[in-house]
Amino acid sequence: MSSPDVGVPYRNSFDTVAARGRCLTYRRRILDISQQVTALHVAPAFSCTEIVDTIYNGLMRWDTREASPDVFLMSKGHGCMIQYVILEERGVLSRADLDLYCKAGGRLGAHPDYGVPGIAASTGSLGHGMGLATGMALAERLQGRESAIYLVLSDGECQEGSTWEGAMMAANLGLDNLIAFVDLNDFSGLERMSEGHPAFHPLLDKFQAFGWEGVEVNGHAAEEIFEAVDQRGRGKPFVVVCNTVKGKGVSYMEHVPIWHYRSPSSEEYRQACDELAEVAR
Amino acid sequence: MRNKFADVFYELGRDDPKLCIVVADISPAGSIGKFRTEFPQRFINTGVAEQIMIGMCAGMAQRGLRPFAYTIATFTLYRPFEFVRDDLCYQELPVTIVGIGGGVTYSTLGGTHHAQEDIGVATAIPNMSVIAPCDPAEAEMATRWCATQTRGPVYLRLGKAGEPVLTDKAADPWRFGKLRYIERGEDVCILAYGPIMGLAVEIADRFRQRGDSVSIVSAHTVKPLDEEGIVDALRRHGRMVVIEETAPIGSLGPRIKAIAYDAGARCRVDSFSLRDEFIHHYGSHAELLAAHGLDAARIGHALGLS
Repeated sequence: MSSPDVGVPYRNSFDTVAARGRCLTYRRRILDISQQVTALHVAPAFSCTEIVDTIYNGLMRWDTREASPDVFLMSKGHGCMIQYVILEERGVLSRADLDLYCKAGGRLGAHPDYGVPGIAASTGSLGHGMGLATGMALAERLQGRESAIYLVLSDGECQEGSTWEGAMMAANLGLDNLIAFVDLNDFSGLERMSEGHPAFHPLLDKFQAFGWEGVEVNGHAAEEIFEAVDQRGRGKPFVVVCNTVKGKGVSYMEHVPIWHYRSPSSEEYRQACDELAEVAR
Repeated sequence: MRNKFADVFYELGRDDPKLCIVVADISPAGSIGKFRTEFPQRFINTGVAEQIMIGMCAGMAQRGLRPFAYTIATFTLYRPFEFVRDDLCYQELPVTIVGIGGGVTYSTLGGTHHAQEDIGVATAIPNMSVIAPCDPAEAEMATRWCATQTRGPVYLRLGKAGEPVLTDKAADPWRFGKLRYIERGEDVCILAYGPIMGLAVEIADRFRQRGDSVSIVSAHTVKPLDEEGIVDALRRHGRMVVIEETAPIGSLGPRIKAIAYDAGARCRVDSFSLRDEFIHHYGSHAELLAAHGLDAARIGHALGLS
């Protein structure tokens, strides 16, 4: 089998039914872990669950035996729970790692840390991912490797000037091995961005004005995310602006800012599990 | 100093395809221009965008390249500070950030272009090494070391251009992390780093004229500091004079005094630095240093040499 082109998904189809099943499992696993700690970024992980699942399970070549494995970079570091549970499922992280999440003796914190298996960079401070990813994508090209860099951004960090410094450079350099996904859940820490910062929208136009190609999709429809990347052109960095719901799948979490960080009580936990099961049916 | 850096970088970059230079809209000095012409893919200009200069260097290093970030010191260290801290130092990546015009080198450009607190700022960050060569020859040694080291990020603090060679007859070779005796004496130890070494040499002459035997030491590696070497120097000399072109808070002088206190050293230590103030003075570099109290007459007077 010949090696695929840069950034072209190596699977030519994506099983959306299987994806739904995985995302249910991931969300339930995150809820389970939330019962071990007082605070955990549940809602930010739920808004990008389908995005991260599609990257890991549909788009990325990340088998370490590959000559040029792709890179996953979680720029919205506070969404890392979804990355942790996928890495656990793949055996990159252990159950013991997840059991010690945010506990003494463990190696997983509320933001990803470089050096932990499967983690490409330390993030958490917003606005760093675009620069790191641009540097990585350039390094892959300069060294003649065919890796793609998959970058997950929050919408909030698209308010950081550094994100646009990087976006401009990535386009200047024509880095078409850089594929970014914006988790547009419309909530920054304080408020709805469409209300507090109406000029933030439309976001896709801004990326296009900076020399990117891109599309806007439903960020909870895995097939839309997959197809967007599958059908993209070449010569420019590519962005998928993903419209999402913060806390997706749990009624009392959806669009409610306090769930940015809070862990559910045991009663809330049971309700959340029931609702997720219902949605998946 | 920057031309020597450029010559050495060009020479090393010809042979090492992993060496890259990322600049933020600064005209490439000397041989860097040649490097740009011959290896355009490894010369990256981010434009007036310093955060991404540092961020890109981090990502490039994480994927196997060896990048140098290069611009005026205020813009490699201050403007992108949190990127230097998080992307380079927290992740412990072997990236060299070159700061041209450390201290108040750009004496006509005003305080916006003075990196007068750079030593305190850079040394405060965990994992950061700080190297400040005193002349073009030391700049060459430091550049060679930076191009092959694997320990982590380095702030390479350079002057500008035209600095004289002061170390051609140095008693010691240049070694990262070690004090370097340029001259060895017994009574007084003059310790400095960076281009202000020229002033340190003048002060050494004043002591000699008085009949003292003088050591002149380049503390080119400001971090990690050669504490053993400092203790040894404190024990071997009756008097130490520290001269540095940086803000007093976070500078070497107070550190050496602390080391002397902890070691129970009897050596007298006098230290001279920039003042803890922004001085609105435009003129030559020497004039601005003098406005901060750093000239041979003022230091000599303070040391009882006049």
